[in-house]
Amino acid sequence: MEITLRVNGDERTLPVDPRTSLLDLLRERLGLTGSKKGCDHGQCGACTVLLEGRRVNACLLLAVACDGLAVTTVEGLAGDGALHPLQEAFIAHDAFQCGYCTPGQLCSAAGMLAERGPSAVTEDLAAEPGLTAGEIRERMSGNLCRCGAYQGIVAAIAEVAR
Amino acid sequence: MNRVEGHDKVTGRARYAVEYPAGDVAYACPVQSEIAKGRVTAIDSADAAAMPGVLAVLSSDDPPDLAEDADPELRLFRGREVAYRGQFVAAVVADTYENARAAARAVRVTYAAEEHDVLLRADHPELYRPDKVNPGFPADTEKGDVAAGIAGAAVTVDVTYRTPVLHNNPMEPHAALAAWDGGDLTVHDSTQGAAADRDTIARTLGLPPGRVRVVSRHVGGGFGSKGTTRPHAILAALAARAAGRPVKVALTRQQLFDVTGYRTPTIQRLRLGCDAGGRLTAIEHEVREQSSTLVEFAEQAAVPARTMYATPALRTAHRLVRLDVATPSWMRAPGECPGMYALESAMDELAAAAGIDPVELRVLNEPDAEPAGGLPFSSRNLVACLREGARRFGWDRRDPAPGVRREGRWLVGTGVAASTYPAKRRPSQATATAEDGKFVVRIAAADIGTGARTALTAIAAATLGVPAARVRVELGDSDLPAAPLAGGSMGLASWGSAVVRACEELLRDGRHGTADTTAEIQAGGGYATHAFGAQFAEVRVDPATGETRVPRLLGVFAVGRVIDPDLARSQFVGGMTMGLGMALMEESVTDEEFGGFTNHDLAQYHVPACADVPDVRAYWIDEDDPHLNPMGAKGIGEIGIVGTAAAIGNAVHHATGLRVRDLPITPAKLLAGF
Repeated sequence: MEITLRVNGDERTLPVDPRTSLLDLLRERLGLTGSKKGCDHGQCGACTVLLEGRRVNACLLLAVACDGLAVTTVEGLAGDGALHPLQEAFIAHDAFQCGYCTPGQLCSAAGMLAERGPSAVTEDLAAEPGLTAGEIRERMSGNLCRCGAYQGIVAAIAEVAR
Repeated sequence: MNRVEGHDKVTGRARYAVEYPAGDVAYACPVQSEIAKGRVTAIDSADAAAMPGVLAVLSSDDPPDLAEDADPELRLFRGREVAYRGQFVAAVVADTYENARAAARAVRVTYAAEEHDVLLRADHPELYRPDKVNPGFPADTEKGDVAAGIAGAAVTVDVTYRTPVLHNNPMEPHAALAAWDGGDLTVHDSTQGAAADRDTIARTLGLPPGRVRVVSRHVGGGFGSKGTTRPHAILAALAARAAGRPVKVALTRQQLFDVTGYRTPTIQRLRLGCDAGGRLTAIEHEVREQSSTLVEFAEQAAVPARTMYATPALRTAHRLVRLDVATPSWMRAPGECPGMYALESAMDELAAAAGIDPVELRVLNEPDAEPAGGLPFSSRNLVACLREGARRFGWDRRDPAPGVRREGRWLVGTGVAASTYPAKRRPSQATATAEDGKFVVRIAAADIGTGARTALTAIAAATLGVPAARVRVELGDSDLPAAPLAGGSMGLASWGSAVVRACEELLRDGRHGTADTTAEIQAGGGYATHAFGAQFAEVRVDPATGETRVPRLLGVFAVGRVIDPDLARSQFVGGMTMGLGMALMEESVTDEEFGGFTNHDLAQYHVPACADVPDVRAYWIDEDDPHLNPMGAKGIGEIGIVGTAAAIGNAVHHATGLRVRDLPITPAKLLAGF
């Protein structure tokens, strides 16, 4: 099947195996290896990308189901010549060690900052919750980091959220 | 200093093993044994071979030429015997990942299964004493009269602690990209040591080491599981030769549970005695653990008891049983991590039984020299760590009574444990060269997330007296000067020594310096060299649900000179976070009926998530130790996990009055006690 994707602003049209996940398409067909494969089952978040601006696990989406949609990967987060504020903050707060979960953490954080509404730890469901450290931890718990860089991750996101 | 590869890691430019471009690349997927013990009787690959894109099927129907004396875990498809469920019995190579995976499922393997034995038991009739325990310690030691020490004690504890199978689970699954150029092989592998991996791959394939190159510039974590060559690397090499093309093997998360090592389960009996004043009269630490029928790996869980406390009578012992399981291997702080969990939990029980504060009990039993061997310590600041940690944590406000503090629905408690890890180094080579206004350091070291590239940059800059921006460190390539792997918290001490010496020679020479620290390291000795630390935990337990939360974890460490505070803090905090997982959630459940494990993914093997660790802090004391290495530094990669699980378990007891002696401390185990 032939599909067209808008990947980091560029339109890409290519034939795909209907079994191919969006993640494998990015990594193996388009050479965008920034998105990582940690589990291939939607359990670790390392493959998180933005699909039409919303964070998704690229390993759980078939590429053919993304025909016509816009994908942003970690390679597309930075603007022209400048890092995204989250990327700067992750470096400054030592929010990673091995770096393998980092692209997913960054895309997940970028998507999360654009989200509205309460989470499981929000006390007042009627009010728009502020992004406290507790809210950030809850909303980022779909992205595992085995190195245990969570303290830096929360500090980095909190700095950008302010 | 920010990580020198930080920009590459946040932009996705940092390439991990199977992310290097390779023309005309193919993909190999393994077929795994469905039985735990027996023989493969037939492999029907006709349907698989006829599927779209399939290039080759590998199996014992056509055994590859591999060295007879190679690690049995790496001698793929040489025999028909099955030693554990999940062992590779065949593999399919195809033009795409999708085609390879589908064809691997179409390979039909039939077996003659035999009755298997996969469960470690304290009374297993085939337990035996290994000749040595990892990496070369005696299995047993005995000093003084333990029976007399226990008999004469005012207070004793006799307790058995159990730890489950644990899996390292680095975020990057083990993966390799292999490519042949004539008789020369290049493997981009996810490994903790390019040189050691190169040597093992070459030996297994029967090649001279010079024909093999391993590249591993970025590694997505390892925690020990990438310290030894794993079957995926050999499979990639065999598949690439069979297909005549470069081949990628990327293990699935599920396959990691089968073929990349794990921490052995342990059953540990501790007998401790002390006099009325709290001075130890005896320590006995007996460990039972497992290995495979293929390879003997004996984790040194009772070894830290030989270092920790002053006692007139000390006995340590390891017993092993060989089961129909995969071979256990290194996982962050092998030995110290499970062993100190049991020892430090038992010390807490002794403190409670003796009515002595657990910090004070440890201070009371501080030794003058290493208890088992008698060597003087090059430096030992456990007491300073305990005191500083107690001050920062607010320990002096603690009421020792268990199970009496309530805040809302929570029972609240605090706990402490000590930690230790050896400070050693191995011989290493390095070069330093002045090139185009820069200073380039070359060494086959590994940065698996530890910050080694950054720390070595700082070490070189300090030795040369130049800004770090003028230094470039090249590592992660077996063609660079030979260096030991990242393991045993020895990486920075080993590599840093060689980098300092190479830079010193560069300063003398003006252009180039070469170093080999073999002689320097052989000349050392005469001291017991260990890092020490103390962890403090606050826990909250909901008695209605058994849920345990850890609002605070605090560690203080004595590790010689800290090279880079930011990197060190991340290492300590990361280790403590993994220790929290060990305490409360991590467990691979052995499948008694079929072998292997019943849980083998991250939905069922729980590792700490962001919401689990609200406040983890690490500090260190100033420690000046001239007996270690040119940097005066002790390794820091492993001590953070040591002690953490005991501190949390001790805090759970303080909160609830319940002693769970069987990790992990799950809601079900707590509810059974309430």
